Amino acid sequence: MSRRVFLGIFGNEEDILAATRAAREAGYKISDVYTPHAVHGLDAALGLRRSRLPWICFLAGLTGAVLKVWFEFWTTMVDWPVNVGGKPWNSLPAFVPVTFEVMVLSAGVTTLFAFLVVARLWPGHKPALPQPGITDDRFVLALEEADAAFDAARVRRLLEKFHVVEVEEHLQEEAA
Amino acid sequence: MADLPVVLRPSLIEGNKSLAQVTRDVCGGLEGKPTPLWWAGFLISFSVLIVGIAAVTYEILTGVGTWGVNRTVGWAVPITCFVFWIGIGHAGTLISAILYLLRQRWRTSVNRSAEAMTIFAVICAGIFPVVHLGRPWLAYWLFPYPNTRGTLWVNFRSPLVWDAFAIGTYFTISLLFWYLGLIPDLATVRDVARPGPRQRFAALFSLGWNGSARTWQRYEVVYLLLAGLATPLVVSVHTIVSWDFATAVIPGWHSTIFPPYFVAGAIFSGLAMVLTLMLIARKTMRLEQYITIRHVEVMCKLVIATSGMVALAYATEYFTALYSANPYELFAFLNRARGPFAWTYWTMVSCNVLVPQLLWSKRLRTNTLVVFVISILINVGMWFERFVIIVTSLHRDYLPSSWSTYSPTPIELATLAGSFGLFFTCFLLFVRFLPVIAIAEVKGVLKDGWLKPEARRPVPWVREPAGAEVLTYKSAAEGVQQ
Repeated sequence: MSRRVFLGIFGNEEDILAATRAAREAGYKISDVYTPHAVHGLDAALGLRRSRLPWICFLAGLTGAVLKVWFEFWTTMVDWPVNVGGKPWNSLPAFVPVTFEVMVLSAGVTTLFAFLVVARLWPGHKPALPQPGITDDRFVLALEEADAAFDAARVRRLLEKFHVVEVEEHLQEEAA
Repeated sequence: MADLPVVLRPSLIEGNKSLAQVTRDVCGGLEGKPTPLWWAGFLISFSVLIVGIAAVTYEILTGVGTWGVNRTVGWAVPITCFVFWIGIGHAGTLISAILYLLRQRWRTSVNRSAEAMTIFAVICAGIFPVVHLGRPWLAYWLFPYPNTRGTLWVNFRSPLVWDAFAIGTYFTISLLFWYLGLIPDLATVRDVARPGPRQRFAALFSLGWNGSARTWQRYEVVYLLLAGLATPLVVSVHTIVSWDFATAVIPGWHSTIFPPYFVAGAIFSGLAMVLTLMLIARKTMRLEQYITIRHVEVMCKLVIATSGMVALAYATEYFTALYSANPYELFAFLNRARGPFAWTYWTMVSCNVLVPQLLWSKRLRTNTLVVFVISILINVGMWFERFVIIVTSLHRDYLPSSWSTYSPTPIELATLAGSFGLFFTCFLLFVRFLPVIAIAEVKGVLKDGWLKPEARRPVPWVREPAGAEVLTYKSAAEGVQQ
């Protein structure tokens, strides 16, 4: 099986934003939108769910901080208590700076790597660019033919309302 | 229409650029041969770096006795350089993270180079404490790890240990933040660079970025999270650096004003360094339309503000010394202004408090030559601020019998020069090999990013991005049918 994919190529962010919104309202299945820079409001226009990466960040930071506090208590009170200038074993205020640094480190590093994993970015990964020039100046809206009611001429008319530069029709091989 | 009053603010980027022009302006700068100015700068910096490497090698092979430090003035030029370089780095984080959180969109032209500056400055800073250890090959003792000394752990109550963690975290997070911002731009380089090592390098490190809206959404979230983490981090790092001093009982160091005083000073000196680099980059890389006079002006205003904070800190220190009625504290401050190192103190005051006041004048702060000279003077002044704090406080403390003086040896001065050599060598390599302007971010702030057909004219040094692999999608025109 193969399915048809329509690529609407736009020249600026206002057009792609409006076209995406209109295509979604008209009930077309949007496989993805590709832009050279982050377009604000595009996630809302696409109805994308909020990213859950902040939770990963929060949990990683919390885990890092808790482990570090435990580690500081364990090394200074349990494993080998060393009397430094008569300071108490339990020096919680003095443990705060390192705990903070470790929290930031673990939250930041984990979030970045979690992003690379969920966004499927890794060294040597071949980019799946539906259209050359996306990283340059082209905004591409990819619509999929989802059902028999799909009418290519209507899609074209819809996209033309938003100053589409070019509409391309592709056949995409369905993954076996 | 034409006679409507213009109420919008002028565009941040001059020259009414199209998106394609931004790509070509930034990526084109990477393709051609380096300018003679670049070669001159690189060769000078690299030679100075070699001198620095020789000095550090000699010092490590011989010992810290090759320096002018003594039992009274145990910290001098090397620790001055450490604090100076860390401070330089902080303005990079201010521009990349804090101004991002404050939605200051003008930052997009300068944030890439400011972040690069942060990374190189932290590298320069990190060298000094390690070399200062005397036995730098044991630097890893600063970190807790299971060892054969019965597993003797580090003392987590010591600011020097906090410092090791703070600098390590700061470097790592700054590097990741910088790299995250580079990924979309490396993808642009991948798609437009001439085939060759540069294109392959960009392809490898752009991780298969394809500009999908879902990826952009996550990217923005991660960018915001890292900015949110980096903002308190930068405050914590210089706070901890100031605690290296403030937890000691030396008059002139033992003061609660140190954390805010150091953070303000760090950002002040870093902004001056950003200005220096910005003015060099816009001239040598012909980026006048991206780094505009407006950017220079905004930076100058930040310099005036932070200069005021630093001046307030100087005044508060004096007031506290006077008001405390502590004879040692009072002496330390009078000694700064009237003792043997008075010239360093007055250099500091004139460069940091008096000179920046010139920037109140619009005529002066729009003159790039004047701004360049002022930014250099502030760098000098801020280096002397750390020298004053460290050396004048140490050289005469409680016991007159242990008073001493200090003068740096040529080895120390060569190490100081070498750190500048390292910094500028790294920076010049960066402007040659990586996009010096955050392409994707600048595109986001172009007011009129229309696809202009004439802007897509093939440019000799930029290949049309036809070589980008078109995966999964097959053209219907080719007759691929089920």
